[in-house]
Amino acid sequence: MSERIDVSIEHRHAPPEDGGRPHPNTCPGCGSHYRDDELDANLRVCPQCGHHFPVHARERIRQLADNDSFAEEAAELRSDDPLDFFDLRPYTERLAEAELSTGLGEAMVIGHAAIEELPCELAVMEFGFMGGSMGRIVGEKFARACESATERGVPLVSVTASGGARMQEGILSLMQLPKTVCAVEDLHDSGGTMISVMAHPTTAGVLASFASLGDVLLAEPGALLSFTGPRVVQQTTREKLPDNFGRAESNYRHGHVDQIVPRPELRATVARLLRLFSSNGA
Amino acid sequence: MAREAELRIREQLSRLRSLPLLRGARLEGELERLQRQLERIVAEPSDEEIWRSVELARNADRPYTLDYVERLLEDWFELHGDRAHGDDAAVVAGLGRFRGRTVVLVGNQKGRDVKERTDRNFGMAYPEGYGKAMRAMELANRHGFPVISLVDIPGAYPGVTAEEHGQGGAIARSQALMARLRVPIVTCIIGEGGSGGAIATALADRVLMQENAIYTVISPEGCAAILWRDAGEAQKAAAAFKPDAGHCLELGVIDAIVAEPDGGAHTNADEAARLLGDALAESIELFDGLAGDDLRRQRRVRFRTIGQLSTTA
Repeated sequence: MSERIDVSIEHRHAPPEDGGRPHPNTCPGCGSHYRDDELDANLRVCPQCGHHFPVHARERIRQLADNDSFAEEAAELRSDDPLDFFDLRPYTERLAEAELSTGLGEAMVIGHAAIEELPCELAVMEFGFMGGSMGRIVGEKFARACESATERGVPLVSVTASGGARMQEGILSLMQLPKTVCAVEDLHDSGGTMISVMAHPTTAGVLASFASLGDVLLAEPGALLSFTGPRVVQQTTREKLPDNFGRAESNYRHGHVDQIVPRPELRATVARLLRLFSSNGA
Repeated sequence: MAREAELRIREQLSRLRSLPLLRGARLEGELERLQRQLERIVAEPSDEEIWRSVELARNADRPYTLDYVERLLEDWFELHGDRAHGDDAAVVAGLGRFRGRTVVLVGNQKGRDVKERTDRNFGMAYPEGYGKAMRAMELANRHGFPVISLVDIPGAYPGVTAEEHGQGGAIARSQALMARLRVPIVTCIIGEGGSGGAIATALADRVLMQENAIYTVISPEGCAAILWRDAGEAQKAAAAFKPDAGHCLELGVIDAIVAEPDGGAHTNADEAARLLGDALAESIELFDGLAGDDLRRQRRVRFRTIGQLSTTA
């Protein structure tokens, strides 16, 4: 940490990348700009203003799980194209591109892990894979994570970042809502625990299914947690949106999440919960 | 995919044909229904036909939940309010007698005229609406009444208050409740089965769909706006994600298609109600005598395996 060079002044308003979009390492909160290693060293939280940058699934697992404790499951699963879906480009092409750019087979990574030496099952979403959208394989992987947690008698920790159901698999994507809900219900019936960590953004079909069903719901600061996004609400209703509409802070105020946990405290917080749930009175 | 569904129905057909007519007319109806389903599957609908379904599903004269309640249930007693915030008129819930037994019915309700449409928020539910449905379904579970849910919703309401009252969580919890019920649940999509707003009350033992209803992950306009960046391309979007009953059956998302009078349900509400009533009654009877725990285990397995890829089975 001490070697970090503060470049926030000289790089403030760093030149936009192509097409006027700000560089992904430029903080949308305060305009500070960072190198990748600087951000990684700070868990991708802006040291100046506390803005939480997105975290890729693999990196999230590194942040949460004990070193080398993660053993991935169902990594081989890949989506197919049940509807021969073609919008401006074929779905299969979008899938291939997402795999190339993320290095992941789908928008969710599941597997065994330990957090502060407490065994658990992890289900972590990757927003970079087609907006973290949930199609059949994401639903299948989540259901398998629940089953794996039940078999091993360990809690499930899910970390969500998703725009919702995947349009390209049509109605089959909608069916992932009841599928994942049933998986959580089976887990709960077997006495299992689920901790749901909602990162930015957890919206639509994922918010309206398993993400909302954890025994404890945690949110990252500033995360958008809404069934309908602000743009669509604005367009449909022409209502003036309140500040912080749909953000974690607003959800907290309205009673929809238990705690907002800054990322540097997330690992310790999840571990505390795992400990609390492990000593059941039964 | 089409072949599989076709084979399944052909098999059902031949089995039914060889059965002695123990149950008289009911079985005749089943034969006729299967024959129609088969015809639908064999004839792949064109893009125009899919769009016609979208238009028929949204037809302003199409019978709504209360039109069916009036024709199918005796002694309807409507329940109001979620016991927390208010009474959402976009969702109706109540008790009634359906072919000799007490049932709980929940359904989405659009409005007929301008005033009623506004009062019922064009059928778009708030979390309070799901709260009311959940309360009614819990009542059914306590007393062992079957649940009928009729789905006809463009989508859950996308508004500030709805979000502040927890729209996403309400939809999740309503599904979770349905996954726990120990009484039979039969759902029929009777118009628009719009996304999360629809699945909130559609986690059922048996899911039916009227011939001209649609069941969608997102509205065709919404899909077009996102993927084509132009809501005007809704027709293309609909053709691409195939929301019609034939495709939903083929994909295994629904269990059967409920026939409508020629030209659509709006041409003859009485006949549409009779056909719907027969299908609902047959469906509820399927679960007679099943223990509650078995019922809900089967229900969860149904959704666990729905549309599963062959490689993951």
